[in-house]
Amino acid sequence: MTAELFIQYLFAGITYGSMYAIVAIGFNIIYNTTGIINFAQGEFVMLGGMISITLLRFMPLPLAIVLAVGITMAVGALIEIVFIRWLKEPSVLRMVIITIGISILIREAALHIWGESVRSLPYFVGNEITTTGILGARISPQVIWVIGVCTMMVLLLSLFFGTTSVGREMRACAANRTAAILCGINTRNMVTLSFVLSAGIGALAGCVMSPITSTQYDNGTGLAIKGFTVAILGGLGNSGGAVAAGLLLGIIEAFSVSVVPLAFQEAIAIAILLLILFVRPNGLFGSKDLAGLKEF
Amino acid sequence: MKISGTKMIVAVAALCLLTAPAAWAKEIKVGAVLAVTGPASFLGGPEARTLEMLVDELNAKGGINGDKIQMIIKDTAGSPEKAVSFAKQLIEEENVVAIIGPSTSGETMSLKKIAEDAKTPLISCAAAEVIVNPVASYVFKTPQNDSFAAQKIFQEMKKMGVVKIAVLSSNTGFGQAGKEQIAKIAPEFGIQIVENEVYDKQATDLSAVIAKIKANKDVQAVMNWSIEPAQAIVAKNMRQAGWDVPLFQSHGFGNIKYVEAGGIASEGIIFPAGRLLIADLLPTAHPQKALLMKYISDYEGKYKETASVFGGYGYDAFTILTAAIKTGGADKEKIRTAIENIKTLPGTSGMYTFSAADHNGLTIDAFEMMTVKDGKFVPYKK
Repeated sequence: MTAELFIQYLFAGITYGSMYAIVAIGFNIIYNTTGIINFAQGEFVMLGGMISITLLRFMPLPLAIVLAVGITMAVGALIEIVFIRWLKEPSVLRMVIITIGISILIREAALHIWGESVRSLPYFVGNEITTTGILGARISPQVIWVIGVCTMMVLLLSLFFGTTSVGREMRACAANRTAAILCGINTRNMVTLSFVLSAGIGALAGCVMSPITSTQYDNGTGLAIKGFTVAILGGLGNSGGAVAAGLLLGIIEAFSVSVVPLAFQEAIAIAILLLILFVRPNGLFGSKDLAGLKEF
Repeated sequence: MKISGTKMIVAVAALCLLTAPAAWAKEIKVGAVLAVTGPASFLGGPEARTLEMLVDELNAKGGINGDKIQMIIKDTAGSPEKAVSFAKQLIEEENVVAIIGPSTSGETMSLKKIAEDAKTPLISCAAAEVIVNPVASYVFKTPQNDSFAAQKIFQEMKKMGVVKIAVLSSNTGFGQAGKEQIAKIAPEFGIQIVENEVYDKQATDLSAVIAKIKANKDVQAVMNWSIEPAQAIVAKNMRQAGWDVPLFQSHGFGNIKYVEAGGIASEGIIFPAGRLLIADLLPTAHPQKALLMKYISDYEGKYKETASVFGGYGYDAFTILTAAIKTGGADKEKIRTAIENIKTLPGTSGMYTFSAADHNGLTIDAFEMMTVKDGKFVPYKK
């Protein structure tokens, strides 16, 4: 393999990987505060892309993206308030079914609003054929946008959880809900906030990804499966693990095409997931003690 | 006065007998099984809308030889099981004289035997060659054969001096059938496939595989065979990788939404398609020109959406059927014979000439090579 081809695969892999990681982090944020997997996570990504594409007709790109992220966050809050908040001690199974239901609901609503056509945001810099040379490889500048925005989101999130008081309250909620309530933390609000936050990062990722992958009403499902794989791989609830696992999966997928036919790309991802779960049932970076704390 | 229940039933039955024959004489029942909703709705939707429009138009003009058409459209949502049960219902309960559809090849194959057994003409709107090869006496189809598209592309490659190509296809029925056809036909044109990759129909980024085939310096052109958004993604990823070999696509690219999705990367893509896409650019004397222009303006005026070649398949099925009923009368057997005798009937997909051995009626000339220029389809000329 030439160095040029290596870099080309690497960038393709990091692009897929960042996307998977962001969806996985969305899963983790909600999992940490509620102990459930929000299967509508992929739909947030689709909503971000779709809403910004619609808004673009009325306003410049940056404003459209900001507003789209805002609207998706509001949708996230609405979902939590309408479907989740009033439940008293719901079982895990019930929550899973509710979130699957929500994801189908959003998907069908999107089909009615936007139809089945494929749309995409314009490239942030240049157009469909603009390329940048990096170490002999040629990539779209949008790839750099995706990697940059995803990195920034991860950094800001870790700052948020590490230094702000709201972030600490959310973590407290994750660590021990009863203790958090005893300390006077309004855990119900924290759950709403977790939905808002994961809707927001999903939507932003959906916007930066849209020029590359295009947006369609049913984009979310595939992404949710990949994101879920990555979240499990990285250890549920572990956001650093999600980033590492996301990049790992993306890069493996990209490089796999050089050895096996492209058609096996998906199979490879799932095979690796199974293998890792056999060897390390709590994920690559998850610990048994941590997993034991959760309600699962 | 008290009327007994039996008397009442007899009276109603008598009334029915009096009125019913009058209704039968005026209506010719035609069935349609189309994927109006579901994953193949991009085919079945325009087909069903086209049929509704044409039936209204024909009946407003007084129907065929004074008899009105009653079109019963059933939505299969792309499912072969539903297609089978609807087809049986149409044949056994509604006594239709012929069935238009289904929209997809899989559904059509599951109806082939049913149409044969019931001796009911079936005019499919699906493309696969197996529908009419081997010929089943009651089964016809309107879209051009996939192999015509591949042959047309190879003819063009030969003119350009392209010998070694990379083939990409999606893992759908369309993609896989195309891949087999390509592998079979390529040697006839002296073309060698040096890279052959299949991607998932849901693929959203193909930069890795593009990098792989780009690394093979022998590749002189890329040929992509799919009906998914991936068609635009291949184009984008190729140009982003700074690769400018010619990109050929199948007739599946003949949908302006893929051009829009590919943006400027779509410019210069070469593909074969029916003339509907370039109707306004055809010479006035072209036998398809007038009907294409009328169909497009009627359809777009009525439904406020762009007319597609898929709606055209429905148009052609209806045109063939009504032409056959006109000459043969509304009888299953006579319709079948009349279709086989149709000669140079202009349709949206081409000029139809059927025979006992040819139940598609089109030739390679039904396709025209096109390209994209300034975001529009134009005829391809060097």
